[in-house]
Amino acid sequence: MTAIAEPAPTFALPDTGGTTHEPGGAPATVVVFTCNHCPYALAWHDRIMAVARDYAARGVRMLAINPNDAERYPRDSLDAMRARVQSSEFDSVPYLRDESQDVARAYNAKTTPDVFVLDSNGILRYRGSPDADYEDPAQNASYLRDAVDAVLDGRDPDPAETTPVGCSIKWKP
Amino acid sequence: MLVELLYWDGCPSHPQALADLRAVMNEIGLDPEQIVVREVKTDADAEQERFVGSPTIRIDGHDVQPPDEEPYGLTCRIYHRRDGRISPTPDPADMRDALLASRERESRQQ
Repeated sequence: MTAIAEPAPTFALPDTGGTTHEPGGAPATVVVFTCNHCPYALAWHDRIMAVARDYAARGVRMLAINPNDAERYPRDSLDAMRARVQSSEFDSVPYLRDESQDVARAYNAKTTPDVFVLDSNGILRYRGSPDADYEDPAQNASYLRDAVDAVLDGRDPDPAETTPVGCSIKWKP
Repeated sequence: MLVELLYWDGCPSHPQALADLRAVMNEIGLDPEQIVVREVKTDADAEQERFVGSPTIRIDGHDVQPPDEEPYGLTCRIYHRRDGRISPTPDPADMRDALLASRERESRQQ
């Protein structure tokens, strides 16, 4: 399990088109565990994607990862992920499949969504919820934005950790 | 009137749904103490209860936001609020309409 201020696990995962992506190579990288079937993930989705758009010009990368067991939750299948990507729900954010669930396990991801912010050295600087209320779009992913701003400014995010809220990761039996 | 709230503990939304349901019942003069809260624990339970996700609220057997053809199972349910937002809980306005419709059915039968 990675703690704040420690190196985050590295990984290489395929997106819905088969291209492999790794974290890093950016002043800040946002790793979001998310999925297709969870109302919390869907309620926050547009706000999270807006962060990717708004910070792209500053070189911030975002990687979305679906770790759920698609056997028991067919809505989280690769085909269903591909359909969302093809309908432009992810803009330019790669939507990665964590088939083995090893990456979710390495990050100790709890829910969808669960958001992690890494600095340019791959050090974990923030982990938790995008903002304080999935019901309120005006929250605008403020925890996540504040964390990215802090990392870009070379500061420690405050808070560095919040409680992730959402559906539990659907682990394979 | 039978008011049921079925939930699966793996989804954190049922306390909010129960609070909303209680508030709506209070608002329209129904006793929230009559809510029957039942936990759905297994896939077999989900099949038996025709449970498409947590939370599910039924008034006299009618779902407050009838689902499309969803598979039965232990999952969080996706609701659509009347303003278009996606939510883990049903719109309180849908709860209110379902409760009032049931009350009207009851009064017609009497």
